[in-house]
Amino acid sequence: MLDKFKNNDNALMVFFTIMVLAGPIILAPFGAGYPDLLQRFAIFGLFAIGFNILFGLTGYLSFGHAAFLGVGSYAAVWMFKLLTMNVIPALLLATVVSGVFALLIGYISLRRSGIYFSILTLAFAQMSYNLAYSVLTPITNGETGLQLSLDDPRILDAANSSGSLPSTNLFGLSMNSTAKMELLGMTLQFNVGFYFCALVLILGFYLALRIFRSPFGLMLRAVKTNQTRMSYTGLNSRPYTLAAFVISGMYAGVAGGLMAITDPLAGAERMQWTASGEVVLMTILGGVGTLLGPVLGAGFIKYFENIFSKINDNVLHAWFGFLPDGLEDAVVSVLHFFVGKGWHLTLGIVFMLVVIFLPGGLIEGANRILRRLSGQKTGSSATDGPKQPAE
Amino acid sequence: MDAILLQILNGLDKGSAYALIAMGLTLIFGTLGVVNFAHGALFMIGAFCAVTLQKMLNLYSVVIDPEKTDFLGNPLKVKVPYVESWFGEATGQMIINWSVPLAILLAIPVMLAVGYIMERGLIKHFYKRPHADQILVTFGLAIVLQEIVKAFFGANPIPTPAPDLFKGSFDFGLLIGFAENTIIYPYWRLIYFVFSTAIIAMVFSFLQFTTFGMVVRAGMADRETVGLLGINIDRRFTLMFGIAAAVAGLAGVMYTPINPPNYHMGMDFLVLSFVVVVVGGMGSLPGAVLAGFLLGVLESFASMNEVKSLLPGIDQIIIYLVAIAILLTRPRGLMGRAGVMEE
Repeated sequence: MLDKFKNNDNALMVFFTIMVLAGPIILAPFGAGYPDLLQRFAIFGLFAIGFNILFGLTGYLSFGHAAFLGVGSYAAVWMFKLLTMNVIPALLLATVVSGVFALLIGYISLRRSGIYFSILTLAFAQMSYNLAYSVLTPITNGETGLQLSLDDPRILDAANSSGSLPSTNLFGLSMNSTAKMELLGMTLQFNVGFYFCALVLILGFYLALRIFRSPFGLMLRAVKTNQTRMSYTGLNSRPYTLAAFVISGMYAGVAGGLMAITDPLAGAERMQWTASGEVVLMTILGGVGTLLGPVLGAGFIKYFENIFSKINDNVLHAWFGFLPDGLEDAVVSVLHFFVGKGWHLTLGIVFMLVVIFLPGGLIEGANRILRRLSGQKTGSSATDGPKQPAE
Repeated sequence: MDAILLQILNGLDKGSAYALIAMGLTLIFGTLGVVNFAHGALFMIGAFCAVTLQKMLNLYSVVIDPEKTDFLGNPLKVKVPYVESWFGEATGQMIINWSVPLAILLAIPVMLAVGYIMERGLIKHFYKRPHADQILVTFGLAIVLQEIVKAFFGANPIPTPAPDLFKGSFDFGLLIGFAENTIIYPYWRLIYFVFSTAIIAMVFSFLQFTTFGMVVRAGMADRETVGLLGINIDRRFTLMFGIAAAVAGLAGVMYTPINPPNYHMGMDFLVLSFVVVVVGGMGSLPGAVLAGFLLGVLESFASMNEVKSLLPGIDQIIIYLVAIAILLTRPRGLMGRAGVMEE
């Protein structure tokens, strides 16, 4: 299935668009059809796509990408507070601010490569996090997080007399309005906020597709393959990597802006380095350097985070109720460590397994299975397939 | 003058922890060429060795004391820790009281074993893979270790006090000829500093003065040639990994009275230790130690009120600022060797 898209970008684009737009319908049977989770899929998908443009194409592993996410969130919330609750200016400001921020950090960090680059970005992100918590409290509202309040100016909006906080909107279309529909006993929820995020995600995906296929993208791949040889040919790769860094920072900023749009508050914990680690996990899990991989990884992590963290001992007992009592308790007490609050343990183990056995991520896994299946049908050997994961 | 000395002293305990962790990181990097993001987790496991020992020593049996009665006149049930019933009350209490220093004895074999298993079971397979993969897999391992500890010990910090003998502070200034009450310093921090200097000295002399250490140093310089001479360098490097793990673990054990251990303490220290390694120079042991102490002291200077009023927030970012400045001006760090991680 995935192999078919290799040389057919239009089909891939159409497939992706349909899958995203039909998200509320497709995911409803899996218990993931509600707006909050769908929005997170879209937002983190976008974040991971952006991260992949840097890591997947150039091989520069940034451990500080959450800083841009946080900056984007703050910028968007400030736009809500000062100008208007319309989401367009907020998203634009989030993009611009995170872009400038990324330019600044990238300009310095990209002077080094390899592990030094990772540590430099980590240092910058931790610095921003610490500053957001302490000195920059007037801008970030410190530990409480930046929130809307009733007496914000909001110059462009009509005076708010309702006494409750206004909601974010797109020219009057409120982001948290949801249309519900009954279908086959399931409630389908079509949420405006999700569709806005989905549109941005599709746009972001399209842009990433164009970048992957462009000479610019080819140049970035060349950096990943052999940067030294590139400089020997007399080519300065710095502008290319910097451009990739800024683009990927802007993706993160947009994702942060979308977070603020779906839930208008911004906190410093979004910038912590564990948050940067999360996007690394998503990208690796899905498949580095592939187009669909990061979105898949983001969806995978967010979905299982949601499912696993809800399972508690009672649910487990209900599941394994058919076993004899002693065995049931034993199974439950072992599984207890992996579900609920122990979800991160499962995530860590899955992540390690993927890095060890499946460096190409879920996409490579899917390709391997498909290749084996088709190999058996046609009788050709499956071993001589391309080592690079497909896109 | 006394204020400056006080800040130097305050920085030394954190600096010693940085130095110990960074030294282990450098040791692993220098020998195996692996970037170990799980090193902070080893520090944390060490700290939890102390917690485990403390819990184990406090295991008790309930005994009915015939001589005492509670307010209803019934015989009183007393919880008597096993160690007290085995060794007598006074000795037992002393053992419990000294659980943190005693945990060193537990931590050394445990950490050596953890290091050995980690290297043979996982890291070994990553020598030939890119550094990004090594970072990722050890990062995953760090998450797993930290979550396991969280599952067993809970998410809250666990107070692990120092022996009564070393509780509280003393007037350090008086000892070296300052006025009274100018430099008050907690006992345990001084002990931590002395302890870590001793460990550092031991590791250095082990590498410098033993045949084993000489072979290891030769292997760090040129692994292939040492292998060609018929020496099984891999086995020695595995042992060095164990030693690095033990150093991190001991740093953790002794750090527990300063800061009650919780499951994410490793991650908190890891980020800073990496910065320390980079500042000191990748692959340089003296550099790592020097940078550890230097950054610890700098951090404590930056948190002085006088400095903070001049540059608000500087205490939060000073280490990162220094790291950025060093990386940009002296790419090899303070004492980095040529040819290590140059690309």
